[in-house]
Amino acid sequence: MPERKVIVKSEVGLHARPAATFVQTAAKAPIEVTLAKADGEPVNAKSILSVLALDVRQGEVIVIRAEGEGSDQLLDDLAAIAAAP
Amino acid sequence: MEALIGAGVSPGVGFGPARRLLGSVPPPPPDARHDGDAVAARHVALAALEHVAADLAARGAIAGGEISAVLNAEALMARDPALADKVTDLIDEGLAPALAVHRAFGAYRDMLAAAGGYLGARVADLDDIRDRAVALLMGLPQPGVPLRAVEPYVLIARDLAPADTAVLTPDVVAAFVTEEGGPTSHTAILARALGVPAVVACLGATEVPDGTPLLVDGASGIVRLAPPADVVAEAGKRSLERAAALRRARGPGMTKDGHKVPLLANVGGPADLQAAMAYGAEGVGLLRTEFLFLDRRSAPSVDEQERAYREILGAFPGGQVVVRTLDAGADKPLAFLPHAEQPNPALGVRGLRVFHDAPEVLTDQLTALARARQGTEGRLKVMAPMIATGAEAAWFAGMCSAAGLPDAGAMIEIPAAALRAREIAAHAGFLSIGTNDLAQYLFAADRQVGALAGLLSPWQPALLDLVASAAGTGRPTGVCGEAAADPALACVLVGLGITSLSMTAPALPAVRAALAGHTVRQCRAAAAAARAATTPSEAQTAARRHLPDLADLGL
Repeated sequence: MPERKVIVKSEVGLHARPAATFVQTAAKAPIEVTLAKADGEPVNAKSILSVLALDVRQGEVIVIRAEGEGSDQLLDDLAAIAAAP
Repeated sequence: MEALIGAGVSPGVGFGPARRLLGSVPPPPPDARHDGDAVAARHVALAALEHVAADLAARGAIAGGEISAVLNAEALMARDPALADKVTDLIDEGLAPALAVHRAFGAYRDMLAAAGGYLGARVADLDDIRDRAVALLMGLPQPGVPLRAVEPYVLIARDLAPADTAVLTPDVVAAFVTEEGGPTSHTAILARALGVPAVVACLGATEVPDGTPLLVDGASGIVRLAPPADVVAEAGKRSLERAAALRRARGPGMTKDGHKVPLLANVGGPADLQAAMAYGAEGVGLLRTEFLFLDRRSAPSVDEQERAYREILGAFPGGQVVVRTLDAGADKPLAFLPHAEQPNPALGVRGLRVFHDAPEVLTDQLTALARARQGTEGRLKVMAPMIATGAEAAWFAGMCSAAGLPDAGAMIEIPAAALRAREIAAHAGFLSIGTNDLAQYLFAADRQVGALAGLLSPWQPALLDLVASAAGTGRPTGVCGEAAADPALACVLVGLGITSLSMTAPALPAVRAALAGHTVRQCRAAAAAARAATTPSEAQTAARRHLPDLADLGL
């Protein structure tokens, strides 16, 4: 399955505004998207509560996975959001 | 145009949609089941969540900025697909929609609460969304004080508790209207502290439908429902004029003809100092010292107290700081003071009475005050609460003198002390009238009982009679109750012979402007007219006739 590994750069981690932007972008896609910490269980990337509960901090590595039409573009977009400072 | 009438307790005009404050949403019954049609139940539950989400998103879109981001995040939570899956699962198990939503939120709530920090703080957001959805599903009104609003709203409640309002700011609340409460109720005090107009004891207020545009006049007590645009525009214009007039009023308090009336702040602890200085207080007219004593096992040391007093004295170099000695008793017991159960705490051993048999705590406090006074420019004065007789005033003055404090005064809160103020003044350098307690004892009406609020109006002619009696001793006599914070009443008090006024700091500009607009002669005429009246509202109307500038100031 196509995936991207990204280091989260935002000072607030994947919380607050970065988390909202990330989830909103994922939610627009018609395909399934998951998010996991480097060695953790994947969660639904369209669920803000699940993403917040992962508690991703600045400097942590996350893995974003999606399969299906447009998955490459979507993964690039999500990776860019997660890697934005 | 319909209108409701209550008691105006915080002057100014506010306009906005009505928002009723309701208690928390009760959890759905733990055995609530749907009627067997899971598909319909699922549809109802998800529609409620979507409704909440759409409402949040719509408000966010209008608000813009930081508020928009927060509301959008909340909308995202309400639309969360994982949450929706949980709700669906629970409904498939037979749970009723409201219960399923409540439980589904519960799982995330625990997770966030356990994480603490930023995530822990999201629990409140989650609870808010949950309560909105559950209230919708149970047919209950929407809960809680709305903390963010696109336009300031008029908060309507039976009465307000500190917990309801601790988080409110004037950019969110245009005015308060409560069905219960009096001039010394929490709502009134809070509204004046925030500088927000307020009307209390307003019958029918809680029947007003949510969203009704309300125009609230916190001076006259009139609340207009759905007023025409020109009336609102006129009120808005007056409100701006008022703000401008208040900004113009600066400097020490004095009447139009130059009669000086020091305007002082009531201070409950170091945290209040900044506001006191910002609003131009000339000093502290009532320093409540309980903050040093509450919630501890042993009394604070002399050193600790000295430091605290020094900090406050230092804030007003050259200005007077009037310290009230510890006011404890059966109503607010302290671990290190002797106390016994008393059938009527307000009429029991409280205030100065606590120290008659065990003066050690008072001696320490006076020692600390005497030390703090050394080497500071502030004029430190000390007064005792709940003095009833000249003998008590003499005893307190003796304690002060022994500690090295020359300027001892007495609070006048007991009718006997007001009636025989001369006997108190023989042993006191100054007097300070606490109108809140004085009204309570004069009318035998508990301040905590909302139903008695009418008796406790500071405009009661009988109360004004007692103030006049206490103000006639020739000693400097201030007022430090809520009465001083009412601009019209402040003029009346000066007319009665009061020489300084102390109030919650945000009330200072309006009082300063009201005094600056009238001569002592006008104040005296207003006082005489008020005392000639037979009811509080007549007294208010009669007094205002002699104070023409108040209307121009929008007060």
